[in-house]
Amino acid sequence: MRRLLPHPLLTLALASLWLLLTNSIAPGQIVLGLVLGWGIPFLTRRICPEKVQIHKPLTLLHFIGVVLMDIVLANLTVARLILGRPQSLRPAFVVLPLTLTSDIAISLLANTITLTPGTLSALLSPDRKTLLIHALDVDDSDTLVATIKQRYERPLKEIFEAC
Amino acid sequence: MNTTTWLEYLLSFLILSGAVFTFIGSLGLARLRDFYTRLHGPTKATTLGLGSLLIASALYFSTRSTGISLHEVLVTFFLFITAPVSAHLLAKAALHLKLPSLATTPEETSQTHKKTNAPSEESH
Repeated sequence: MRRLLPHPLLTLALASLWLLLTNSIAPGQIVLGLVLGWGIPFLTRRICPEKVQIHKPLTLLHFIGVVLMDIVLANLTVARLILGRPQSLRPAFVVLPLTLTSDIAISLLANTITLTPGTLSALLSPDRKTLLIHALDVDDSDTLVATIKQRYERPLKEIFEAC
Repeated sequence: MNTTTWLEYLLSFLILSGAVFTFIGSLGLARLRDFYTRLHGPTKATTLGLGSLLIASALYFSTRSTGISLHEVLVTFFLFITAPVSAHLLAKAALHLKLPSLATTPEETSQTHKKTNAPSEESH
């Protein structure tokens, strides 16, 4: 079972991607999508990274909601900062110590940080222990780190790394 | 008739706000003062701008032609995946090239740090 179907989630994701691309839900397209979704991970299983497991789907949905909300807020914040006085900005580099270990969780965290208010992930240290963040306007770097850890890192850890 | 009018108002609002946010994002490139802060404009303000435009497009084609149009969902999805990655790579390259920055770069911090405990660095 595991050898025949190495990545069940990836299969589903690729199949739905195919259906969105063809913009139809005709039975033929569904079958073709599923075949592609099975075939691609199967043929690339040697170069594929670790298996992704979602432990808490509900937390994932909640996380996506929070992130979408934050993206809208981030846009308003950044728009205000750009239209305001750029001279008064206080940009800073902040180091975020990571507790996440899996590839997918780290990359999702980095993506989330870039998409949300005034922060941009710049560099992952080679030992994967810290993530360097550039922030557009910082009051207090400790608060920023605490917010990111609480708001994004904790749910990601719950979702992808069961503890 | 009435619903069509409302739909048109909604579409106009979405397209206009999309255009405004995209414009603000580009304006950031001109107004902000160093490479790193400039990166913030295109990764964020444009996301919402493009988001609004794509929602407008999805609504328009779902109501005008036959069937719903979901290509826009894909565009949004790919945008959300790729925009942060390119920004990350740009920032990484900038750090590597030591571009001038308004904020203290970690390079500078670590260099002063290295000077103070040089022996421990050599032992690696």
